[in-house]
Amino acid sequence: MKPLLFIACLLFSFMASAHELTASVGSETRYFPQEALTPPQNYHFNQSFVFQAEYFHEWDDDRQLFAVTPFFRVDQHDPERTHFDIRELTWLKASNRWELRLGIRKVFWGVIEFQHLVDIINQTDLVENIDGEDKLGQPMLNLALINDWGTLDLFVMPWFRERTFPGTKGRLRTQPRVNTDLSRYESGAKEKHVDFAVRYSHFFGDWDIGLAHFYGTSREPQLLTTVREGEGVLFPFYDIINQTSLDVQATKGNMLWKLEALHRSGQGETYNALAGGFEYTIVGLLGSVIDLGLLAEYHYDERGKEAPNIFDDDIALGTRFAFNDASSSELLAGLLVDKDNGGKFFNVEASRRLAARWFLEMEGRFLFDQDPGDPGFSLRRDDYVELLLTYYF
Amino acid sequence: MLKWLYIILPLILLSPEITAGETPEEKGLAIAIEAERRDTGWKNQLSDMEMILRNKQGEESKRTLNIKTLEVENDGDKSLTVFDNPRDIKGTAFLSYTHALEPDDQWLYLPALKRVKRISSTNKSGPFVGSEFAYEDLSSQEVEKYSYKWLRDETLNGKETFVIERYPAYEYSGYTRQIVWIDKSIYQPLKVEYYDRKNALLKTLTISNYRQYIDKFWRSDSMLMVNYQTGKETLLNWKNYQFNNDLDERDFDLNTLKRSR
Repeated sequence: MKPLLFIACLLFSFMASAHELTASVGSETRYFPQEALTPPQNYHFNQSFVFQAEYFHEWDDDRQLFAVTPFFRVDQHDPERTHFDIRELTWLKASNRWELRLGIRKVFWGVIEFQHLVDIINQTDLVENIDGEDKLGQPMLNLALINDWGTLDLFVMPWFRERTFPGTKGRLRTQPRVNTDLSRYESGAKEKHVDFAVRYSHFFGDWDIGLAHFYGTSREPQLLTTVREGEGVLFPFYDIINQTSLDVQATKGNMLWKLEALHRSGQGETYNALAGGFEYTIVGLLGSVIDLGLLAEYHYDERGKEAPNIFDDDIALGTRFAFNDASSSELLAGLLVDKDNGGKFFNVEASRRLAARWFLEMEGRFLFDQDPGDPGFSLRRDDYVELLLTYYF
Repeated sequence: MLKWLYIILPLILLSPEITAGETPEEKGLAIAIEAERRDTGWKNQLSDMEMILRNKQGEESKRTLNIKTLEVENDGDKSLTVFDNPRDIKGTAFLSYTHALEPDDQWLYLPALKRVKRISSTNKSGPFVGSEFAYEDLSSQEVEKYSYKWLRDETLNGKETFVIERYPAYEYSGYTRQIVWIDKSIYQPLKVEYYDRKNALLKTLTISNYRQYIDKFWRSDSMLMVNYQTGKETLLNWKNYQFNNDLDERDFDLNTLKRSR
């Protein structure tokens, strides 16, 4: 087909199909009750605004899709937290036996609630939240081969995204801070290193499984120490790794059994990590319409205290209330306890709809008894309570 | 099982009208089989739904969603539901493979995280998105889901109906029994009374404005569920029914769930 005619056809199909533009703006207020560890971080309130839009088209009987999701945050104190990202800029074509997805996208793998161990495609947007659930858009070519025996996803990722870290004035950061201007890579190609991944996923009755292998730039950097202008700083070092992972969930009545495990080489010593547990739901608590979920998980990382996360040998316990009301009220509370040194991390998240276009979320995170050897130690004065009010246009 | 019933039962029961020696149980079952026979063969359908939740004080909140359904022979249907409103749950999608006597297979897609979660479905009696409808009220009504008993014939709002009582076979159902008024002319329910596990009247569903599609299948535009124990009610307005769509199993798999908008 001649290019012009092709473009004309494409334009026509765009016109003839579903368009949709939506957007939201959120006001986030965080209150830190304690004095910060360093003077530049020493404020109690932080105000921030977040904007996200989504535009998408579906055509060809919903077998083709184009979507773009820009994201912007402006933060009162931390210039590193004021940032823009394209969360999604993607074209998708679905056929009976395959789906081709091209562009900047977000992909989630895993089943565990307290951390996302095997989830590796996207880089964590750490300035957003320490829970690691916010991700940067990842450029990729992803071909899914759909078979009776399961789906095989092939990924080629030609551009690496660096993890974001809070700046000097940011709270909820390492001590000393991470200077992302000093990032270093194992590969000479740096962020242009082409990463690959393959994942098999399927369900067999009440079992859902995913088996994956990733080769490329580790999303999780090593944080190494150096001195800049008389100031000690950390800098990220991104290794080339091989990681094989498994995620499984067995849905047995009201009980969900979950397991994630990985084997990683190329980043220091080869190691294994594991997270497993269950979520049991009591439906209609005490004759009401409230559902109560009880969660228990165990997290293990063979690197022990060398692990750059707080999940080296920890027990997590949680409760989830779903009120099943018109406002979709929910409450999630969780406690993570380090088995070795008794460090504790308490988390509470609540949300409800205020009106058709207004949504309110509350979040509180508190650290207790953090050991100097634990990554949580540098956050020991950064307990906070957050209120996020979102309006949808 | 069902195929066998189709062959044997018409031989025993030449018509759903009461015949000599037919027990109320046999007649109730015959009516249910005839209702299912008349509503078989639609293959797939699309529809939009507006759901209006009202509390005791009369305050309303609204949800809009669209549902694709695939008819599955000898098992429950498959459906894919995508929410459009309220805006905070826009794009949330729900994939369900229903089964008559076993727990359904259900997956939830959360668009903010792009996460698919397999969810527990043993309890079909929980409320569907905060409404007065339970999951089991909205899922497909296979004959095997209940045992039946014909109670009487009755005129309801000028329409001739069979009144039958049915008893859920599913062990975790939220009901002991339901009383259903079935329109004799179209074999579709006009009213359902739901009795809770303590056998107290819990809620009443009124189904109105039936229209016929592709010269065969009757679908209602409006369903009102009133909960007597809470004073709340939920109104479903169904719109834009479409049949004969190009849909198959592939449109109800986990890959499609992940690209639902």
